[in-house]
Amino acid sequence: MAILKVLKLPDPRLKQVSAPVESFDQAVRDLVADLEETRLAGPAAVGIAAPQVGVLRRIIIVDVSTRPKTPNHGHLVLINPEILHWEGFAIGREGCLSVPDYTGNVIRATHIRLRAQDLDGVEHLYEMEGFEARAVQHEMDHLDGLLFVDRVVSRRTDLYRRQVHQPAVFPRVKAQ
Amino acid sequence: MSEWNLLTLVGADRPGIVARVTRVLYEFGCNLGEASMTRLGGNFAIMLMVSSARSPGEILDALKPVAETLGLRIHLDPSTGGLHQHLTPNVQVRVFGADRAGIVAEVTEILAAQGFNILELDSDVAGESNRPLYIMNIQGYSDQTLESLIEALAPLAARGISIDVTPVDLLIG
Repeated sequence: MAILKVLKLPDPRLKQVSAPVESFDQAVRDLVADLEETRLAGPAAVGIAAPQVGVLRRIIIVDVSTRPKTPNHGHLVLINPEILHWEGFAIGREGCLSVPDYTGNVIRATHIRLRAQDLDGVEHLYEMEGFEARAVQHEMDHLDGLLFVDRVVSRRTDLYRRQVHQPAVFPRVKAQ
Repeated sequence: MSEWNLLTLVGADRPGIVARVTRVLYEFGCNLGEASMTRLGGNFAIMLMVSSARSPGEILDALKPVAETLGLRIHLDPSTGGLHQHLTPNVQVRVFGADRAGIVAEVTEILAAQGFNILELDSDVAGESNRPLYIMNIQGYSDQTLESLIEALAPLAARGISIDVTPVDLLIG
């Protein structure tokens, strides 16, 4: 186990698209262990993505279980994650281990349905909402070379949202 | 060694103000930091951190021609602050109500009494011109619980002001 160096913007590797994981071997397990140790070593991050340590593979870790009153699925290692459905939107403030000393408002889906593999390559389906759904979307963006700074909205955007109540853009997904 | 200054420019809005002002500052050897610029009531207002080895008087002199051309009023304050002094808001207060004088003072006096530190405040007057609606969005930092802020602001609801206090959840990922 080791604490890995977290890449910081403007490192060009953060803008790369990561490749899917195909073999679920010990190397992947070792990487996930190091990623988790790295996540826990920094400021209170609820997630981390492999490309943040320069490994361009589709692996993320998300754990919002330590936050009070937050619906969650515990500690999640999500490999080759894919969002199947999403609905609703909300503005929330985000920061990133790869963008120190900056936070900004970002619009994310409030509910997502997610498919991902675990460390053994077994597929799982998740229904997520709120903060956990936001964390997954933030980490998954890293896999496509996107950072929250690519999605930051104007401070004033929130005011206009308030004036016009827009219906959800995406169809509601039935809970499992 | 460079010192930071807070530069304020205000004038009638038109395209090109930012480009022309910042070009002059760049060519004069200034470095720009945090900024907030917005159109307010047909004016354009710039608040900009500028660092330079030059004196405040020299910066003002350098800006004078472009300010005169564009009809901008300039103000420059030497600043003791610098970069990387961000505070992260943890509470958002959204306010709206039929427009009348006094809403901002009434809301912010209550917040100040609670020790609430305003970090950002945007407000707008919306609605129809004969029935204007005042809308204000405040983000700030407070040590108080949400419940205590909500309770302190509750009397304003009786006076026709809608107030919504919500946490700003910061996600670090």
